[in-house]
Amino acid sequence: MTLLELKNVTKHYSPAVAPALADISFSVNEGEFISVIGPSGSGKTTLLRTINRMVELSGGEITFAGVSISRLRKSELRKLRSKIGMIFQHYNLVDRMSVIENVLHGRLGHKSTLAGILGSYTLAEKEQALRIIQMLGLDEYINKRCDQLSGGQKQRVGIARALVQNPKLILCDEPIASLDPSSAKIIMDYLKNISRDLGITLLVSLHQVDIALKYSDRVIGVNRGTIVFDGKPDELTRERVSEIYGFDAGDLMINLGESEGYAS
Amino acid sequence: MQVDVFRKRRNNALIFFGVLALLTAGAIVVTQYDVEKGFTSLGKAFVWGAANLYPDVKSLAKLPDILAKLRDTVLISVAATSAAAVFSLALALAGSRATRIHRSFTLVARGIASFFRNMPLVAWAMVLMLAFSQSSLTGFLALFMGSFGFLTRAFMETIDEVGDSSVEALKATGAAYLHTIFQAVLPSSLPQIVSWLLFMIETNIRDATLVGFLTGTGIGFSFDVYYKAFNYHAASLVVVVTVLTVLIMETVSNTVRRMIL
Ligand SMILES: Nc1ncnc2c1ncn2[C@@H]1O[C@H](COP(=O)(O)OP(=O)(O)OP(=O)(O)O)[C@@H](O)[C@H]1O
Ligand SMILES: [Mg+2]
Repeated sequence: MTLLELKNVTKHYSPAVAPALADISFSVNEGEFISVIGPSGSGKTTLLRTINRMVELSGGEITFAGVSISRLRKSELRKLRSKIGMIFQHYNLVDRMSVIENVLHGRLGHKSTLAGILGSYTLAEKEQALRIIQMLGLDEYINKRCDQLSGGQKQRVGIARALVQNPKLILCDEPIASLDPSSAKIIMDYLKNISRDLGITLLVSLHQVDIALKYSDRVIGVNRGTIVFDGKPDELTRERVSEIYGFDAGDLMINLGESEGYAS
Repeated sequence: MQVDVFRKRRNNALIFFGVLALLTAGAIVVTQYDVEKGFTSLGKAFVWGAANLYPDVKSLAKLPDILAKLRDTVLISVAATSAAAVFSLALALAGSRATRIHRSFTLVARGIASFFRNMPLVAWAMVLMLAFSQSSLTGFLALFMGSFGFLTRAFMETIDEVGDSSVEALKATGAAYLHTIFQAVLPSSLPQIVSWLLFMIETNIRDATLVGFLTGTGIGFSFDVYYKAFNYHAASLVVVVTVLTVLIMETVSNTVRRMIL
């Protein structure tokens, strides 16, 4: 079943320069794990952000769960965003607050103004947050301030904050770009589990082609704001990678055949 | 290349000091300032001060009076600073990059802050005296105006420094504007905000003394009265008490700062 559909989406940040997104169309089925790859400045971040309207589109149409998102009123926009989680390269946590407080921030989209200001959450919400924190192996840090965590731990808090929203879709903008390889693997494995066990749809922008191939059901390649590849990982040949990145894949020092090492 | 850089730096320093010397000489000529007399009278002032400006036993009788006035001054300073802080915080939130409602607010907030901050405290006191005559209210309002300008600027910079990354994350979860303020911006910037608040209270206690001369209230007024009555011992007691108060305030706020950071 289609969860998300983009039709002829364009984005101009300024009329003077080339559009960041030019006529993007694709649709996403429920439960898919999709990687978005492409060179720096190709529009990956912009693409993800138009979906929850953190960036306003200039043209085209986006439909999420049957609702056209472009003309939502303020309260409807909040409701839309509450169904879409977002994970950031730099985690974007409130560093001075504890893990549990940061995770509960994921519930703010469902809160009245006053309850949210006071940070008062229901027992059910707290129990849910606790379950998710345990699932991500963060139980011993629950009352720790986030500025005392490692990068990998912070990203797990970021994932927990997204999960506590009960989202249908999670947008991940380079979730592992600031992490060392072993923390990156842990994070990618968690994302894979979330997709498989909870049936949540994932749209993940990545810099590493091998990881995109290894984890995703489908890869979308963007270059200068247009989609130049959209297909299964095994359809992504060396030539197609060169097309996405605009030069020879060998220069990228990616060995497409040896991505197995990452699996185990 | 290397040598050029050093020569350029040396030349810059020479030009800087040359211009400074020229300005000093020019100012002396224009104002017909007698340099020699200036230095000798400075010495005389010290000698006179040492002979007269010290609290003696008799002046201690005035202490309860002085302390009562001091209490007024401290309370007015605290009240003016706290009241100003509330308005400053609102204006700073409206003007900061991460929390502004529209980009034009930044310029407006900066403009307002600049105006209130750059108007000298004494000018505020004079203007307000026209409206409220010599009263505690005048002193309160003068301190309020100056603090409002300074704190708005300081709070804006604090909030800008905290950045918009967590605000962005909360917005993306569907949080309302006020949620992002109370759950992300304020928790992140509170230690800095409290720190500025304490600094402002210290500064205001010092400045309240000056404002008190004009508005006829608080510790400044006491000093004025004793000084004009040639009671230099009591006047110097006022100074000692004020300095002690500021020192105590500084210690207290340093402790608080250490606790919250
Ligand atoms: N806020 C903005 N204002 C103006 N131009 C922007 C803005 N954000 C992005 N752009 C421009 O839009 C284009 C796409 O940027 P985007 O950040 O989406 O690329 P990206 O694929 O995420 O790159 P990276 O891999 O470096 O993160 C770039 O040319 C960029 O300069
Ligand atoms: Mg990006």
